[in-house]
Amino acid sequence: MAITHAIAGGMGGIRAAGDLVARMQLSRHMRINQAKEYVANKLHVSVKDLCDPVIMGQVRDELKLGLIEQKPGRTRGMEAKFHIAEVLGIEINSVNKFKAKAGLSAI
Amino acid sequence: MAKIPVRMGDGYLVEMTESEIMKDVEDGVQDAVTKAKVPPLTEDEMKHLCEIYSRREKFVGIEPGKEVVISHDEGTAKLTAGPSGGAGAALDIGRTTALLIYERLFASDTAELAHLDYSFKPLKPILGDEQVAAEEALLAVTIPVFYGCMPNLGLYTAPDGPFNNPIDFITEGKLQEARAAAEQMVEAGYKDMVYIAGGMTEAGVDCINFDTVGAAGDYDFVAALRAVETLKQKYPQARVEMGMAGEFVLGIHGGLTYAGERVAGMYPLRQLKVMEKAGVDIFGPVVRIVTRKSCAWNQARNLTMLKPVCQEATIPIHVEIAMGVGAVPLCTVPPVDAVSRATKSAIEILPSMDGI
Repeated sequence: MAITHAIAGGMGGIRAAGDLVARMQLSRHMRINQAKEYVANKLHVSVKDLCDPVIMGQVRDELKLGLIEQKPGRTRGMEAKFHIAEVLGIEINSVNKFKAKAGLSAI
Repeated sequence: MAKIPVRMGDGYLVEMTESEIMKDVEDGVQDAVTKAKVPPLTEDEMKHLCEIYSRREKFVGIEPGKEVVISHDEGTAKLTAGPSGGAGAALDIGRTTALLIYERLFASDTAELAHLDYSFKPLKPILGDEQVAAEEALLAVTIPVFYGCMPNLGLYTAPDGPFNNPIDFITEGKLQEARAAAEQMVEAGYKDMVYIAGGMTEAGVDCINFDTVGAAGDYDFVAALRAVETLKQKYPQARVEMGMAGEFVLGIHGGLTYAGERVAGMYPLRQLKVMEKAGVDIFGPVVRIVTRKSCAWNQARNLTMLKPVCQEATIPIHVEIAMGVGAVPLCTVPPVDAVSRATKSAIEILPSMDGI
């Protein structure tokens, strides 16, 4: 059922910008159109590009936001979330915890 | 007139004419108007819904540009659990791998970490284990990781729990005793939910998903609302998605209130208002399926009840479209044709629907 939802109407996760839009819903209570516009502005793409895996693949690779395809040297997981927090201008709970535990911040 | 295959709420296929499907849509709308006291869908919306359910393709989808965010209930347990996890796939994999499957193979926008015993009460002795699992997973997973759990206050009644069952008292005509038992369970459930949800927030998860809230009735709902309120005060970084158990809050106690509103009898629009006051960040409204009716009837009823919720919400709405809710048949392997029609029609008809 998860796959059906994703293909029928989902934003595509890290194939595109779905996780980024989801983070704006969580962190700022943004409704869907507002969240899409915010993310599109931050990524310097159009709203309609947000679900295009070809365009978003290039954008995510360039901005180090994490991708489906794993290659040596590509950011993933916590590394990618550091960049996501910076690009979107949001706090990510696990990123802040990591910084605190790794001694990277005064938290 | 040509017959069209249509799923019923129990998952079985029947054949209906387009006019029969339209009649079902109209009846479903009227049922919602009567029960939830909300305005009906417009003529155009009903025609659009009928057109979607009259299509013959196995799978239907939306136009590019209308995509919404996908979140989940029970998450990883669907892959790792067997029958005790609810129609699980019983894969012998770790939960971090399960989350990465959602991220890299299912193209999901979010993923949910969950324990096999998917309720707050059983997690009390093993919170530390769940926290470590979350910390490990959060290093590897890029998409937002939710931690899901059910209030499930029924677990607090004897013999599983320490309190008498209010239902038993009600059947004996002991209403005061029933209310007292429910109030005791509110306190116990509230404390446990704050403890577990707070611990998982400390572990770093992006959101806590309170699932099937209100399953045991009004006292279950009030305990969860109070828990969210306290959680947000203690942990400002906490985020909460709250998904209901049904469209209607059953008044087992009958007199419990939240923010001055009696919760018994609440339908989704009033549920939304108290959730916004409690500090819920994403609301997952639920309309349960009626198995003897067609999915077209059920979706008409679903969308009619939820349209005002999407219109009036100040927080994102992730409509529950899953097994037995949101016009998806009540069967352990929901058919793709039914799920895709429910998804497409919800996105295209509900105004500003934020997710599923």
